[in-house]
Amino acid sequence: MPTLFDKVWDAHVVTEVPGGNQVLYIDKHLIHEVTSPQAFNGLRERGIPILRRDRIVATADHNVPTKDQDKPIAEPLSRKQVNMLTSNCEEFGVELYGLGHPYQGIVHVIGPELGITRPGITMVCGDSHTSTHGAFGAIAFGIGTSQVEQVMATQCVLMSKPKSMRITVDGDLQPGVTAKDLILYVISQLGTGGGTGHFVEYAGTAIKGLSMEGRMTICNMSIEMGARGGLIAPDETTFEYIRGREFAPEGEEWEAAVEYWRTLPSDPDARFDTEYTFRGEDIPPMITYGTNPGMGMGIKETIPTKSEIHGDATLKKAMEYMGLELGNQMEGMPIDYVFIGSCTNSRVEDLRLAAALVKGKQIHENITGIVVPGSQQVAKQAIAEGLDRVFTDAGFEFRGAGCSACLGMNEDKIPAGRYCVSTSNRNFEGRQGPGARTILASPLTAAAAAVAGKLVDVRELI
Amino acid sequence: MQAFKKLTSTAVPLPIEDIDTDQIIPARFLKATTRDGFGDNLFRDWRYDKLEHPRPDFVLNNPTYSGEILVAGANFGCGSSREHAAWALADYGFRAVVSSYFADIFRGNALNNGLLPLIVSPEVLDETFRTIEASPAARFTIDLEAQTFTNEETGTVVKFEIDEYKKTCMINGYDDIDFLLSQREKIEAYEENRVDFSL
Repeated sequence: MPTLFDKVWDAHVVTEVPGGNQVLYIDKHLIHEVTSPQAFNGLRERGIPILRRDRIVATADHNVPTKDQDKPIAEPLSRKQVNMLTSNCEEFGVELYGLGHPYQGIVHVIGPELGITRPGITMVCGDSHTSTHGAFGAIAFGIGTSQVEQVMATQCVLMSKPKSMRITVDGDLQPGVTAKDLILYVISQLGTGGGTGHFVEYAGTAIKGLSMEGRMTICNMSIEMGARGGLIAPDETTFEYIRGREFAPEGEEWEAAVEYWRTLPSDPDARFDTEYTFRGEDIPPMITYGTNPGMGMGIKETIPTKSEIHGDATLKKAMEYMGLELGNQMEGMPIDYVFIGSCTNSRVEDLRLAAALVKGKQIHENITGIVVPGSQQVAKQAIAEGLDRVFTDAGFEFRGAGCSACLGMNEDKIPAGRYCVSTSNRNFEGRQGPGARTILASPLTAAAAAVAGKLVDVRELI
Repeated sequence: MQAFKKLTSTAVPLPIEDIDTDQIIPARFLKATTRDGFGDNLFRDWRYDKLEHPRPDFVLNNPTYSGEILVAGANFGCGSSREHAAWALADYGFRAVVSSYFADIFRGNALNNGLLPLIVSPEVLDETFRTIEASPAARFTIDLEAQTFTNEETGTVVKFEIDEYKKTCMINGYDDIDFLLSQREKIEAYEENRVDFSL
């Protein structure tokens, strides 16, 4: 009768609080330079230590430059914040994979690739895309800095149990349609607030058929429909991904863990508060037209003139910002930048997909294209496979690991008024830099746009 | 944390849905390492143009509207988990945000900073916007103890929901961390008795 979410949640409840809240134990806490300084300050001011240092992993990702990573960070405030993470980790005894460390990278890329992310655990990070780790059947969600401090001090958060939602996608995806298109499609149907108050389990044959990288892309964007997080039942695909990774369990411990993990999937008669069902065949390559991830459509569609989800004033404001008009088609529209990276689509599988499309071709002369691997390990693997050469031969820049142009915080920004086809997760106003116009898409659609210099239907190229 | 009991104020209307935390405080202003001073950059790119001139069409630059209550469209605070959004709103001088619903992480962050996220029905939200549009000097009263939101212009009083524990915290200015620290024995007992495949 219990769902996957129930099983993991209930196993982590330390105690109940009158009024409906629960004290939830957190197994793994990921921290980075942006949302941790005030939490460390809080501990210092209160004079309390970190309760369980072995449950924290730190890295620098949001502020790091993606060029010249061996040199000191040029921008003074970014440098100060990254240096503060280093000194805080030293003072409090936290393991840090900082700039220059072979494990450094986007926090949501390194957790899974190091075998830290596992089924059945609870994970938090002061970053909304912590939902990524739910792909392993973990409860993983973003928290604010006050909660970062709470977890450091007590290894717990105080929360009421969210409602449950199941999104089932059955059937096959069309050639050229990826996990990114699937989740952009779902968000376009539910809206950017459609999952509020819920944890989402993704199920169905189209989900089960995805690789771990694809599943991470899906769960990563759960927050873009307002859900606290997303999960996918662990299965052989999950176990095979984890097996042999740096910190994965070994030997008898591995056997015991897998035995436990096999008990986690939702029972056949499990009940969800909310259910949605979609068909894999109905999903086209997706692009966004507006200023939130819910404003998405198929590449061949026209921008809706009326929406049940978005109010007229909100749509109008989005069109003014994007320099687009309601009712227009976007296929064929010239673009200026292509960004392949971010915690949504910067894993080696994403780079392989994009590289296969650009191999032997040149990106259009009007396009500035950058490819940013999610971690040092992804970069290493990509270089070993020659993917970096495929990209640079085609005219892309291949950079060092970091959040890069996803969030307009480090040096990588899109200039005002320019259109960027981006494999990242948010097309909010100014997200990629003040005035930047973001069009979210899959790595395949982004690569195809780079070659064509305009938005194209990738199904016609493969 | 600042305590919140009762507040009567005029209100600032922002009738846009899905206002994300990147608008509330853009990422380039997240490089500070303290909690102070974020109010200057609240809604930065809506408030100022490229040349740093105030945009006259943005509500915070319109002297007609002021107050400690922000009234915003549905799904306020979606997107990033940055608590800086709550810090910026509080630092600017807002003590409550009224909307028909809030993004979960933002709502929690607001409550952890003494900024009340007050949920009303879509109808009440519309009526509130209409009242402010007709009379920008209209006053509203939020009584947290009684859980009421009063439109002093029309006399309409509505009840709002808030979880009992959080209500107590807000009224007394308590942090969750104090409560969690008091649970230390239970936390250690949990650690002793559990099955753990996370380390």
